[in-house]
Amino acid sequence: MKIHEYQGKAILAEYGVAIPRGKACFSVDEAVAAAEEIGGEKWVVKAQIHAGGRGKGGGVKLANSLDEVRAHASEILGMTLVTHQTGPEGKVVKRLLVEEGAPIQDELYLGLVVDRTSQRVTVMASSEGGTEIETVAEETPELIHKVSVDPKTGLTTAEAEGLAGKIGIAANLVPEAGKLIQALYQAFWDKDASLAEINPLIVTSDGRVIALDAKINFDDSAMFRHPELKDLRDLDEEDPDEIEAAKFGLNYISLDGTIGCLVNGAGLAMATMDIIKLYGASPANFLDVGGGATTEQVTEAFKLMLKNRNLKAILVNIFGGIMRCDVIAEGLVNAAREVDLSVPLVVRLEGTNVERGRQILADSGISVIAATTMADAAEKVSAAAAGA
Amino acid sequence: MSILINKDSRVVTQGITGKTGMFHTHHSIEYANGKNCYVAGVTPKKGGEVVEGVPVYDSVAEARAATNCNVSVIYVPPPFAAAAIDEAVDAGIEVVICITEGIPVKDMILTRDRMRGSSSILVGPNCPGVITPEEIKIGIMPGYIHRKGRIGVVSRSGTLTYEVVDQLTKLGLGQSTCVGIGGDPVNGLKHLDVMKMFNDDPDTDGVVMCGEIGGTDEEACAEWIADNMTKPVVGFIAGVTAPPGKRMGHAGAIIAGGKGTADEKIAALEAAGVSVTRNPSDMGKLMLEAMQK
Repeated sequence: MKIHEYQGKAILAEYGVAIPRGKACFSVDEAVAAAEEIGGEKWVVKAQIHAGGRGKGGGVKLANSLDEVRAHASEILGMTLVTHQTGPEGKVVKRLLVEEGAPIQDELYLGLVVDRTSQRVTVMASSEGGTEIETVAEETPELIHKVSVDPKTGLTTAEAEGLAGKIGIAANLVPEAGKLIQALYQAFWDKDASLAEINPLIVTSDGRVIALDAKINFDDSAMFRHPELKDLRDLDEEDPDEIEAAKFGLNYISLDGTIGCLVNGAGLAMATMDIIKLYGASPANFLDVGGGATTEQVTEAFKLMLKNRNLKAILVNIFGGIMRCDVIAEGLVNAAREVDLSVPLVVRLEGTNVERGRQILADSGISVIAATTMADAAEKVSAAAAGA
Repeated sequence: MSILINKDSRVVTQGITGKTGMFHTHHSIEYANGKNCYVAGVTPKKGGEVVEGVPVYDSVAEARAATNCNVSVIYVPPPFAAAAIDEAVDAGIEVVICITEGIPVKDMILTRDRMRGSSSILVGPNCPGVITPEEIKIGIMPGYIHRKGRIGVVSRSGTLTYEVVDQLTKLGLGQSTCVGIGGDPVNGLKHLDVMKMFNDDPDTDGVVMCGEIGGTDEEACAEWIADNMTKPVVGFIAGVTAPPGKRMGHAGAIIAGGKGTADEKIAALEAAGVSVTRNPSDMGKLMLEAMQK
């Protein structure tokens, strides 16, 4: 699960991480009122969307007066922000964060991830904040310092201060920065985060260390033990089709091709997308119906795919193991009848009771193009889409 | 021979009284030598019951003391599954196979840390299990598609593994052992570990490995293959068309920070001399060609 910057900062503040004074706003008037309340002479108006690269896209603006706060807030709120992470369609900005302007002296980077190789949390720090860390990793990897954290001890003071020193924080500020890094680790660990990034972490000209940004993602599998995080979910930031799919236990991701795919199992679903591409067409979605593939699930899956105006054909690829092919075939027939399929349907069934399953499809009267192997299915669906 | 499990394995099902545990224990007992292999079940506070003809114990330690079981399979719900792995490891179980999907990553970090220095082997979590055809099936895979033979299979995915096995069987290539290592980011055996076992197994002549986007385990395996593997390997990597930043079903199947792409993995495997196909329909055919050389 992803959350907004202002929500991430609120969590970090609970752990003692210094953040700029600021307030989340949902209207222009609220933004101006927030700036007045914060006081001072400089403010930053920041678009709150679940994607990085907001500054480059025009979603972060500095204001030197309350009038400028109003002007920037009016401009950003409601704009469609396009960044390298939003895709070309962009994201409509519905929330703002208004913060005090901070006198930046140095921009640094802090990041935490779960490292799959060491099977531990890795803390990364760099003197090269404010830019994309992928670029730093590519061009100057020696400027990224890492600590692999022992889960029994957590991030020690020595490790945290060691990192702070390596990224060029002045000696007198190292203890403060070390505490901040430890607090960030503790928040990450306690809240079952899967990713946390502060980019930039800044040192101000008056000698403070502050998290100027905060990006935190959480492990979906651990949400059951974090009821306090549930309300932070912003459904406006998620694909409505993916939300709808999840209600029926479907794992769905929209893509930009023309072939709808309905597959059981994530690996086989990816392989099906790949083979469609190999045969010259391109997948309209990733869709894993899981092991069950009930009539209800298949019906909902068909409905979801048919909503896509680019859809030209559907490929169903089910390897029935524990779930028998005849049961799946009956589900497919019922679903196809219910939704009134308007595009060609190619079905490839394999596994337990496959002959009976194929017979059910053949006898159903619904128009199905039967396929044997994955290659056969991909070839037939590509041809069907080209003819449609 | 085979790797990890065989007809002499003594299996305990953890979570045997749950719907999933009971269902799959039933089908596993029916498969080949299952009746002799499945010797115990564990569910806390349900000790003394009998499920599918198997005695149930309160703990793995009790089950081990009573039956000398040496392999465990876990169908415990996600919030308690990591603790179930810990329990099996503490009881001295040699091979722990965790089927459960959706275990918090933090739990697995702690469990894997506890396992440092332990001789127990973990397979999974979030995997279909392990099968040595015509001897023993431990997990949720359909047994009947498998045939005894000399090809090893290792894969991160469930149904994609069945797809490979089905292709192999239809081409007359039986399997020595098929290992599902699972789709989670923090797990037990990696491709590399299983590849070493197959290389050392005198009854395995070749290996099919199925990888997918996310992480660098396939690359690590490729590096080892280049210098050490003495048997032909056929590879397929799922997710060439997967967009970056999107989790493709499995918790571990995500291209993050530009790393873990299918193209990188394919290039690494090809450089290591693995016959890689981009067509998942051709995995079996490629293995057959490798065996005929």
